[in-house]
Amino acid sequence: MKILVCISKTPDTTAKIAFADNNTKFAADGVQWIINPYDEWYALVRAIELKEKDPSTILHLVNVGMADNEPIIRKALALGGDEAIRVNTDNSDSFFIASQIAAVARQGNYDLIFTGKETIDYNGSAIGGMVAELLDLPYISHAIKFDLEGTDAIVTREIEGGEETDKAALPLVVSCQKGMAEQRIPNMKGIMGARSKPLNVIEPVAADALTSVASYELPPAKAGVKLVSPDTPEELVGLLHEEAKAF
Amino acid sequence: MSVLVFLDQADGHIKKSSLEAANYAAKAAEQLGTTAEAIVLGTVNDELGTVGNYGIKKVLTVADAALNNLDAQVYTNIIAAASENAELIVFSNNTTGKAIAPRLSAKLKAGLVSGAVALPQTGNGFIVKKSVFSGKAFANILVSSAKKIVSLNPNSFTVETGSGTAEVVAFDAKPDTAKISVVSVNKITGEVPLSEADIVVSAGRGMKGPENWGMIEELAHLLGAATACSRPVADIGWRPHHEHVGQTGLAIAPNLYIAIGISGAIQHLAGVNRSKVIVVINKDPEAPFFKAADYGIVGDAFEVVPKIIDAIKKLKAVA
Ligand SMILES: Cc1cc2nc3c(=O)[nH]c(=O)nc-3n(C[C@H](O)[C@H](O)[C@H](O)COP(=O)(O)OP(=O)(O)OC[C@H]3O[C@@H](n4cnc5c(N)ncnc54)[C@H](O)[C@@H]3O)c2cc1C
Ligand SMILES: Nc1ncnc2c1ncn2[C@@H]1O[C@H](COP(=O)(O)O)[C@@H](O)[C@H]1O
Repeated sequence: MKILVCISKTPDTTAKIAFADNNTKFAADGVQWIINPYDEWYALVRAIELKEKDPSTILHLVNVGMADNEPIIRKALALGGDEAIRVNTDNSDSFFIASQIAAVARQGNYDLIFTGKETIDYNGSAIGGMVAELLDLPYISHAIKFDLEGTDAIVTREIEGGEETDKAALPLVVSCQKGMAEQRIPNMKGIMGARSKPLNVIEPVAADALTSVASYELPPAKAGVKLVSPDTPEELVGLLHEEAKAF
Repeated sequence: MSVLVFLDQADGHIKKSSLEAANYAAKAAEQLGTTAEAIVLGTVNDELGTVGNYGIKKVLTVADAALNNLDAQVYTNIIAAASENAELIVFSNNTTGKAIAPRLSAKLKAGLVSGAVALPQTGNGFIVKKSVFSGKAFANILVSSAKKIVSLNPNSFTVETGSGTAEVVAFDAKPDTAKISVVSVNKITGEVPLSEADIVVSAGRGMKGPENWGMIEELAHLLGAATACSRPVADIGWRPHHEHVGQTGLAIAPNLYIAIGISGAIQHLAGVNRSKVIVVINKDPEAPFFKAADYGIVGDAFEVVPKIIDAIKKLKAVA
């Protein structure tokens, strides 16, 4: 069993969102970077659990990004995983990134590829589906539960208005979200061990970039809250009905 | 060249979010000097000609019950075949759209903008505004491929209906054998699905315990609203996980979001800040949620909410 987990880097959930260079770049000064929560808490931890169940499992991590991503890759290795691959590029187009991951996946012949459901900065929800298409594999998105039954995967995923449990033969691409696993904190042994795990850097394969960011903008500021006295909540109902026309 | 929109169905009915996407497709088509067509997979009960009211000229159908369950790979191949002449393909950015649009993007090498919130700007290249940083900002994305895919965030686009009847034609496609088989489906019935709700009543740890959710449910019921909750509330098991909204839960954008006993942590706001009107009821005047709110009451939910329920009942009795 060989598993590949896709790891991306995002600003901390509390980071101040601001833009530089005439609103064309994210202002990264002073920003704390983390592993994208869906990748860390759900995709990676579930993969580690599968390896704990079957220690013969080989678990690789892949990140597409520049050398400054290495601290978060090491942190992911401290949680678990045997080795990591970093594809050295700063191209941020989803199709370009997916093409790189697909190339790594072809090389490694993985049975299972996990991604997060989305990155919390770009909110693309795109890489998993693209990788699956490039590899001509089935794709189960928004998984909340994952188990193996021989060479079949039993996956519960979120659908519009409910849940669905699916069965599919490996190999398979799965995007992971809440429910898959519980967040873990790396321990000292993991952190020390991660230092000597291989982190292989490879150059990108040729691929097209189909999109680019022209500019960023911040939403207009809210006008400010209109407060109603707790003694007369019916006034709030009146305002919502007549002023905001909310119902 | 035309514009194609994928219409997603639930239990035989076209979803509201898909009708928004249909209207978006029609308006984008007008901008591009062409017309919009729609494709529906699986068997539906709706009278499909009525999507003409949303500006769609033609509806392609593949009324094969094998398509009633979503297998993204099977869907993608059919939609790809149907989009041979399309320069733009539109989806709703719901869980269905998120499963299909990226596959189609890779298959057709068509640049994808997911989470779009506005019509494309076509003056200088093809640029679409999308939501990024979990609703905290927008990015204008330039799509450089010949074919483009846009998936529209639900409830972020103003629908304008007209009158018209779409021509409904069967699209000749043979679905591939699905590689994914469905073991069981568990739909939450009888309630308004959170992702589609116009009004959402949400509550947090300030409710003290699950036994106090009666008034939250009553308020939601009165307003025809869906219920939601903060993360810790789902984590402790007071409420089901599918109600958890925020950065790590569901991101929603209803017309009205009522937050009761929720502090308004930045990770919570990330899932709800695209709501049109936000109402906050919290006993702490310093709760960060008030900064993101349009209306608020600083007070004890246990006193305020029953009074609100009464006032709404009175209003409804008059109306
Ligand atoms: C990486 C990360 C991701 C996260 N993702 C999410 C997410 O997706 N969604 C999410 O919700 N949280 C998320 N969180 C947690 C978030 O930071 C907050 O801890 C959480 O939102 C707080 O929930 P709460 O407001 O219900 O509880 P509390 O913070 O405990 O707030 C309770 C509020 O109720 C008020 N209150 C108490 N009694 C009453 C009363 N009688 N009447 C009226 N008001 C009352 C209090 O004044 C207080 O403001 C995340 C955290 C991290 C670190
Ligand atoms: N640069 C990257 N390197 C490796 N994996 C990535 C990268 N970007 C995104 N992913 C994976 O794809 C998932 C979805 O990302 P996105 O489509 O950008 O929202 C993430 O949760 C990651 O698992």
